[in-house]
Amino acid sequence: MISFDRVSKRFSGTRDAAVDDLTFEIERGETVVLVGPSGCGKTTTMKMINRLIEPSAGRIIVNGTDVLEQDPVRLRRNIGYVIQSIGLMPHRTIAENIATVPKLIGWDEPKINRRVHELVEVFELDTNMLSRYPSELSGGQRQRVGVARALAADPPVMLMDEPFGAVDPIVRERLQDQFRDIQARLRKTIVFVTHDIDEAIKMADRIVILNLGAAIEQYDSPAEILRNPASDFVSRFVGAERGLKRLALVKVSDIDVEDGPVVRLSDTRETALRVMEDSATPWATVIDADGRLEGWVDAAMLANAPNVGSVSARKYSAYVTAESSLRNALDAIVTSRTQVAVVADDSNHYRGILSLERISKEIIT
Amino acid sequence: MGELLTREREEIFVKFLEHMNLTAIAVGIGLLIAFPLAVYAYRHKRFYGPLTGVSGLLYTIPSLALFAFLTPYTGLSMVTAEIGLISYTLLILIRNIVSGLDGVPEDVRESARGMGLSPRQLLWQVELPLALPVIFAGVRLATVTVIGLVTVTSLITYGGLGAFILEGIQKLDTSLAVLGGVLSLVLAVLVDAAFRRAERIATPWAQSRPVSEMT
Repeated sequence: MISFDRVSKRFSGTRDAAVDDLTFEIERGETVVLVGPSGCGKTTTMKMINRLIEPSAGRIIVNGTDVLEQDPVRLRRNIGYVIQSIGLMPHRTIAENIATVPKLIGWDEPKINRRVHELVEVFELDTNMLSRYPSELSGGQRQRVGVARALAADPPVMLMDEPFGAVDPIVRERLQDQFRDIQARLRKTIVFVTHDIDEAIKMADRIVILNLGAAIEQYDSPAEILRNPASDFVSRFVGAERGLKRLALVKVSDIDVEDGPVVRLSDTRETALRVMEDSATPWATVIDADGRLEGWVDAAMLANAPNVGSVSARKYSAYVTAESSLRNALDAIVTSRTQVAVVADDSNHYRGILSLERISKEIIT
Repeated sequence: MGELLTREREEIFVKFLEHMNLTAIAVGIGLLIAFPLAVYAYRHKRFYGPLTGVSGLLYTIPSLALFAFLTPYTGLSMVTAEIGLISYTLLILIRNIVSGLDGVPEDVRESARGMGLSPRQLLWQVELPLALPVIFAGVRLATVTVIGLVTVTSLITYGGLGAFILEGIQKLDTSLAVLGGVLSLVLAVLVDAAFRRAERIATPWAQSRPVSEMT
């Protein structure tokens, strides 16, 4: 979808090229994150795609056409563009801001209106907001309007330069999650620039790690970069907690859970004690007749009880679902009395447990 | 004074209109000259220094001296009066238009370019609207300045309300001179207020305040 063929950019008055002989390709529908230290040329690389910066040498092909052979104004209307500070037009309402590109390319009023309302829904914005000016919105709202505006004319390609950089960490995480969901449906081809490796890992299908002069250190999936850093530069850049970061990428549903010791409310004390003995754990998970999670019991709690149902089970302080990451599961393990993470589905049916051993096996392999 | 107002009622009305007319022409033509020069200087920064140098020089020439220079060529005419008045508006207008355009946030400009606005669309749809408050302030200042200066052009017979001042001085009639002075002051205050109001209406976005922080 986008290919760089021996592209260089040299700014006048500087000794070294900002981008030096860069060649790489981006597939249709994938999110590629350019990440690297400041001054590595990642933003320059991105801005050459819509010709906000003109390459000094080489070819950039977008959707089969050389960008240098197209009128830059027309080219840009076909490529969504979001920058860190968003740059909403302060003298135009939110609706007018979102409608910018559709208006430029001559959509009629009803079509523009429909599209604006569609985007408001997708981005969970408030319709009342449409007649307001950007200065009346919070940072998080502005950020979402900026992304909605870039998507307005449904461009196949999006360029995003630290689009969530200007908001606080909590809002940023929400915006990242939301955008990831939207992208999962839209499958745009996205070039995303950030200096934050965690954001890169979270958002990317593939990550390009750039060194000075936009030299590619590694171009791989987040999991592969974490498992197998190609150079010292990459492992230094990826930083500490490589294993933990990898766990964040794996879902509980991606690995097999263990059955774990389970007793039903109707089970007698003897049955329950035998289950614990068999699994060599001092506790067992309690489920009801429908398989719903009740909590856990240990031998001491059952001391004077005829069956499991006659004592009230201790609640698990945390449990995880199939959609949780292994990193969440690890957190549940280290904070739980039973030293395991209990896996349940959305309607609280017991699915099994994850132990520390099971998870560390995942890190090592 | 009351008697003076009734006696000169018709004359006051005529001179008032003349004063406004001289002012409007000066500021209007001043804008027509200043606008393209300022936009050019905004885009070609090298041109800005010489431009403000020349218009600054015009601004510093004492008005009486300027009229004295001009009368041999253009006579005691409205043209002479207007040339003088216009030349005083240029520095104010050029400076404010350029600094208004300079004040447009870089991120707004970049994202507008990134979305595919042509340079002309960028100027008319983004840069000028955002520069409007500063440009408005310049026009307001230039207008008020010209209203004051028009009283001086009464020396070359085109002076609006300045005619009362001149006549007052010549006839040693203080109340007539005060009448001219007060009326031109009133005109300046009214015009200033009208401009402020027009500016508020033209830039509703600059008035709004942030509401609650919600995400």
